[in-house]
Amino acid sequence: MELIFAVTVGVMVTCSVFLMLRGHTFAVVIGLTLMSYAVNLFLFASGGLALHKPAILADGAEYSDPLPQALVLTAIVIGFAMTAFALILAIRARADLGNDQVDGRALPGDSLANKESQGKMRQNPVSSTAKNTGGKTR
Amino acid sequence: MNLIWVPLLPLLGCLVSLLLGRYPRSTMALGAAILPAIALGIVVSLAPEVMSGNNPVVTFDWVPALSLQISFMLDGLALMFSLLILGIGLLVILYARYYLSEADNAGRFYASLLLFMTAMLGVVLSANLIQLWFFWELTSVSSFMLISYWSHRSDARKGARMAMTITGAGGLALLAGLILIGEVVGSYDLQTVLASGSLIAEHSLYPVIVVLVLLGAFTKSAQFPFHSWLPQAMAAPTPVSAYLHSATMVKAGIFLMARFYPVLSDTHLWFALVSLVGLTTLLVGAYTALFKHDLKGLLAYSTISHLGLITLLLGLDTELASIAAMFHVINHAVFKASLFMAAGIIDHESGSRDMRKLNGLFRYMPYTATLAMVAASSMAGVPLLNGFLSKEMLFAESLHQETFGSLSWLIPLLVTFGGALAVAYSLRFVHDVFFNGEPIGLEKTPHEPPRYMRVPVEILVVLCLLVGVLPDLIVGDLLVAVGASLMPAGVPEFSISIWHGFNIPLLMSFLAVLGGVALYRQRRHMFNFQARFTEVDPKLAFEHMIQTLVERARSVQLWLDNGSFQRYALWLLLMAIAAMSVPMVNIPHARGSLEVTELDMVALGGALLMIVASVATAMLSHQRLLALVTISVVGLVVSVAFAWFSAPDLALTQLSVEVATIILFLLALYFLPQKVSLNHLSPGRIVRDMGIATAAGAIVGTLTYAMLTRPFDSISSFFTANAKTGGGGTNVVNVILVDFRGFDTFGEITVLAIAAIGIYKLLAGVRLFVPAADMDGRPWSKDSHPLMLMQISQSLLPLALLVSAYIFLRGHNLPGGGFIAGLITAIALIQQYVANGVVWMRDRGDLKFQWFIVWGLFIAFASGVGSWFFERPFLTSWFDYFYLPLVGKFELASAMAFDLGVYLTVIGATLSILANLGKLTTTDRPTRPGRRS
Repeated sequence: MELIFAVTVGVMVTCSVFLMLRGHTFAVVIGLTLMSYAVNLFLFASGGLALHKPAILADGAEYSDPLPQALVLTAIVIGFAMTAFALILAIRARADLGNDQVDGRALPGDSLANKESQGKMRQNPVSSTAKNTGGKTR
Repeated sequence: MNLIWVPLLPLLGCLVSLLLGRYPRSTMALGAAILPAIALGIVVSLAPEVMSGNNPVVTFDWVPALSLQISFMLDGLALMFSLLILGIGLLVILYARYYLSEADNAGRFYASLLLFMTAMLGVVLSANLIQLWFFWELTSVSSFMLISYWSHRSDARKGARMAMTITGAGGLALLAGLILIGEVVGSYDLQTVLASGSLIAEHSLYPVIVVLVLLGAFTKSAQFPFHSWLPQAMAAPTPVSAYLHSATMVKAGIFLMARFYPVLSDTHLWFALVSLVGLTTLLVGAYTALFKHDLKGLLAYSTISHLGLITLLLGLDTELASIAAMFHVINHAVFKASLFMAAGIIDHESGSRDMRKLNGLFRYMPYTATLAMVAASSMAGVPLLNGFLSKEMLFAESLHQETFGSLSWLIPLLVTFGGALAVAYSLRFVHDVFFNGEPIGLEKTPHEPPRYMRVPVEILVVLCLLVGVLPDLIVGDLLVAVGASLMPAGVPEFSISIWHGFNIPLLMSFLAVLGGVALYRQRRHMFNFQARFTEVDPKLAFEHMIQTLVERARSVQLWLDNGSFQRYALWLLLMAIAAMSVPMVNIPHARGSLEVTELDMVALGGALLMIVASVATAMLSHQRLLALVTISVVGLVVSVAFAWFSAPDLALTQLSVEVATIILFLLALYFLPQKVSLNHLSPGRIVRDMGIATAAGAIVGTLTYAMLTRPFDSISSFFTANAKTGGGGTNVVNVILVDFRGFDTFGEITVLAIAAIGIYKLLAGVRLFVPAADMDGRPWSKDSHPLMLMQISQSLLPLALLVSAYIFLRGHNLPGGGFIAGLITAIALIQQYVANGVVWMRDRGDLKFQWFIVWGLFIAFASGVGSWFFERPFLTSWFDYFYLPLVGKFELASAMAFDLGVYLTVIGATLSILANLGKLTTTDRPTRPGRRS
């Protein structure tokens, strides 16, 4: 069990690192999310793997280690906040810089895609979209 | 207690000068002078106390645990320097009244001057090392303002920048040295340090400390090779030069060496370094002074030379050398201040400082000329004047020292040569300016200055004479007190008098005068020889050096910080892999001693699913929707894994976070470019990244396995044992979160709040790319919200809220709690947004989620503060059991209030992230105040 757990965490880290080294924001953020899953599992494993021993006090019961669980619980929530922040940063960067590259320069293949979206860009979307609110975001 | 006013009064005077900015210059000079004059009075009144051996000390505790206090002490050394700083400062204030023209902003001048005076007094009076350094840096900053006073002039700006850079850099070295001293002694208190005896000198860090402290002193005191800033600082108004280069700024370095003389000197390293640097400076300064045509340039290099002389004395290993050094500090301050003032008068009344033009001024200003001649004679070391006495002492001490072993005889020879050079440049100052024919091409006819402009010079010249004739009477007691600071073990007997009989020092003086006259007579040949050197402007050299430095730094920075996240991530990962692999190699086996759990089919299936989904995510990242599906599979299996391995709270949290994350990603898909081009990916890059990723994964996997198979000591038994009795709950995880480690949780919800607020600000006023169609050209659906979804969501809402309330209430004893309940509520509300749209939600109560965050944090904080009223530490929990009819026995705990704070913060943060992002395409999007787009 321990071995397969470790292998799983290792594979998740491998995939997440590979994603984080990509050149587009979306892949980086996905990689970040995958990384936070792996890290949470790793932290959780520091208390050992226990079956059917939740840390709920009862007479004569054995308990799994509650401390890593408490740590991971807050880590999950904060991980969400971090993912959200990175994602919104990517959106903002796209809006301000016009592309979703993370390598600090626009690549030749990208300029075409930019022109395409530039053409359809509307500076002030408010008035035209107010009527069909919400439909846009689905 | 009076002592605190000594540095404080000039500081107040600085404000007074600024306030008097519009008054006539006389009023302003008076206003600027009153407070320092009172400070001088205080110092004089404290002098008898100091001389009798009781040093007044004032201390205020600041951060006692770090040995930081505000502390002033007046000992003999500080007394001497305070008298010079305040006395000459007052004379400079009077002098500047006549020197500054109507066009100059006298208020700013006096304010800067008094600020500088405060800084200098702070340096000499500080009884705490860090405080001393603070004032030390303040002298650099305030002297910058003084030197660049005529800020319209390029040379003033450059000179000020150069002085600031060099002395500032020395200040940094000094800080490092002082911190090391503090570390060695264990205190930053000066008295403790001075009482530590040979502790520092015997420490292994001693060489580092000495070099750092001396770097500070040498840069400040313009010692070779850091002397080049001083002549450039001559671009300052002459009163500033008279002050900075006689009694203050440059003497701060001397003061520093004297201050730490008891604990740092008396080693071979100190004597060798200090005397060698001093001697070199003495000779280089004196030689260069001879060839300067600018009156102030000559004085500047002569200042450097005399500073070298004092430094040399501090570096000689004889008993009286340090006393002689301090005596020369006084003498040099007095005659050099008067000479600078005289040079200023000449400049002011004749319009030039060039000695090739200035000739025969004696006829035009005989009175000033006489004063300047007396002061110059003192500089040359002519008998009956104070300069003679200290120079004589130098000659005497140079004969007794054994600093350089068998080569020690060189020092008397070289100082005599230095003395001859001093006589030569003093002679040039007197003869070239006041005699030597008629003025050449002056713009105005020279004349005597206003009566009171001469007064400061007169006072100083009279002092030269008095000290020269009656040294013991005037400065004897002061020097004994100074000696007590320098040599706490006991001051040797000494007496200063003009006549010691015919002896070798007298012969050396005689030789120096003869040599000086001879050198001056041969000046034509020397000038011709000197003209063969190509002269380098130190300003240009300095600017060039700085620019080269900036360019180098920029190229390094551009290489490291090229704006590419990929580059940064690569470095970070490589560093992490390198840091991890070394300890991993040192673990002999991955497998530890613990018995492994048996593998079951469910776990194996879950693991395989996760592996496949992870790999699929990595491979499909350019097909965004598919990647989202696969990554949500990973997230779901993670939550199942938590449930499987006895962590129900984690499973619940992960499940609800997963929902929020996927909604977030779906929203983001709309705003990010739809097309991801893969054609620029080089195969080399892919192979490289795969290698790095595999290394990282292998390390983390091995680490996980090694950790899982090894026994460990957990502190968790404490939590399980005390959760019920101490925290009043049976769900240990929740009790840890809201009780045992409540402070951590408080920090974490604060981080959550900060992230949410940051996101709100990022989204406010964002310029959006709103594509009209998807990448295949299909327009976005304009359908209204599906009726079924609307109806079901609306009827589910009360149920969902009920569930979250239940989860919240039971959290202390069963899986649940504020985090999970908050996420469930948030998702229930998000579902309404998804099903009904932003406008529909707004019409039914516009929830301001930011306020949820604020209230949540406030409630959590208040529940922690509450325990203060019962005189318990922050966040101490309380609980008890109550009975109510119908309800029965129930428990109330202060931790529940804290959990409520967590609950509200989580709702607020999650919703303000998701709802604000969702609102972006609608009229309700977040905007910057006053710029609604």
